[in-house]
Amino acid sequence: MSTLLSVRELTMRFGGLTAIDQLSLEVPASKITGIIGPNGAGKTTLFNCLTGFYKPTTGTLRLNHPDRGEIRLESLPSHRVARDAQVVRTFQNIRLFPKMTVLENLIVAQHNVLQRASKFSIAGIFALPGYRKAEGEAMARAGTWLHRLNLEQFADHAAGDLPYGIQRRIEIARALCVNPVLLCLDEPAAGLNPRESAELNELLLYLSGELGIAILLIEHDMSVVMNVSDHICVINYGRKIAEGSPEKVQNDPHVIKAYLGEDDEDEASGGIAA
Amino acid sequence: MAYALQQLINGLTLGSMYGLIAIGYTMVYGIIGMINFAHGDIFMVSAFIAVTAFTLLAAADVSSIPLALTFVLIVSIFFTSAYGWAVERIAYRPLRGSTRLAPLISAIGMSIFLQNTVQLTQGARVKPIPPVIEGGFEVWSTPDFTVQVGWSQLLIIVITVIMMFAFTWLITQTPFGRQQRSCEQDRTMASLLGINVDRTISFTFMLGASLAAVAGVMVTVYYGVIDFYIGFLAGIKAFTAAVLGGIGSLPGAMLGGLLIGLIESFWSAYLWAEYKDVATFAILCLVLMLRPSGLLGRPEVEKV
Repeated sequence: MSTLLSVRELTMRFGGLTAIDQLSLEVPASKITGIIGPNGAGKTTLFNCLTGFYKPTTGTLRLNHPDRGEIRLESLPSHRVARDAQVVRTFQNIRLFPKMTVLENLIVAQHNVLQRASKFSIAGIFALPGYRKAEGEAMARAGTWLHRLNLEQFADHAAGDLPYGIQRRIEIARALCVNPVLLCLDEPAAGLNPRESAELNELLLYLSGELGIAILLIEHDMSVVMNVSDHICVINYGRKIAEGSPEKVQNDPHVIKAYLGEDDEDEASGGIAA
Repeated sequence: MAYALQQLINGLTLGSMYGLIAIGYTMVYGIIGMINFAHGDIFMVSAFIAVTAFTLLAAADVSSIPLALTFVLIVSIFFTSAYGWAVERIAYRPLRGSTRLAPLISAIGMSIFLQNTVQLTQGARVKPIPPVIEGGFEVWSTPDFTVQVGWSQLLIIVITVIMMFAFTWLITQTPFGRQQRSCEQDRTMASLLGINVDRTISFTFMLGASLAAVAGVMVTVYYGVIDFYIGFLAGIKAFTAAVLGGIGSLPGAMLGGLLIGLIESFWSAYLWAEYKDVATFAILCLVLMLRPSGLLGRPEVEKV
């Protein structure tokens, strides 16, 4: 099992607040790694560090890119994280381009390929053959994902007008259009009904199992995390408190303590059985 | 009736120029949410570049008018967009992420700097150029008034229409337009999808500046005189046009420009010509009081 991303002693401070404290973590290739922890544990901050949105105070984020070798994510500006490292994320609160159509949202995500083909818009302006071919490919890729995520009938709708559950799927489809090697999903099941979250499980397993995309998954919905994750890392107050298979983590006394609080009477025995 | 038709033509000519400048305001506002107060002076600089280019052509004895105009347009667009780029680089980019007021002040600083540079290097007097396009044709003749359309007016309206179509196409159909719109709607997300937001913002400033350059060339051709101070008034009027049409909306900027042009020329013709600026600014006040989102702008609904 090869390691795709290795986080080493990552620390992120905001003034006096330490959001992430000496966190080390390995993300294996082609597997689903779940990140769980109570609210405010630093999960989203980790994503923000990964995607160049925050510059970590200290620590390294090494991505072992299958084609491009080692890439240090902490030193890349955020637009190059998607372009060069092919690491892409979704947001807890959906961030589609609301006034664009669903298809346009998916094409924008592929603009690097398009821009290279269009020689920075000059060929695009005159619609030269090379550019048109690239655009055709971009459309085809967008079409594939729309089909796979069952979004075809919404292709020409303005993204902002669609229902929540569908916007979630569009966000994942758009992230997939970047051709990610690492897909970071921030609470993708939030607000989904049970049927939709079952579909999400199936999709995540397909992406990692069939396509070999590594997934880093922040999720509070345990029916999703426990069912799909190969490996789970539990964070509390910016520190890793437990790690391992879903079964192991579920029964870890530290995890139970973090989630349920400490029970006075059972303090000596180290927690309660969940 | 004939007189009104003449005012309509004059107003459309004037409005075309305001509209072209207004697009620069509205685009920059759309992408960074701030007014570029140096934009009027970018327009003024472009007029000076146009005069310089015309003078050079005259010295080189170029007599073909279409050739001369094309050359002047290209030169003016090229250099003016470089100015637009520089304004963004100097007055906006270093202050991105600071308080909203800071870049506003630095843009006003750029505006003063540009005005004074031009005043020092080109002199404070008005700069005349010999008429480039003369004559016109009669559209309608009544016993007491003859409606005339100057060739230069026709040219201005035609070029504006062409620029509008080209521009709409650029924004809606090309990869650059898609990037521009995505940065406008969510800059962070655009960046996370691999779009170089800094470069897109630079391009936006350059595009706005190149449309202002087209307006600058038109002013030179139409009026034949310019001075270092024309950017202020034209800038504020184009800003009014952008607000009237709905700041952030491209068709709105064009519509607002045309309306301001028409109102100005009808006001001058039928009321008091010396108070035409009052009319424009009264409109700005009214729009801000009664419909701050403008004619085509949609009010921003903030979801929590």
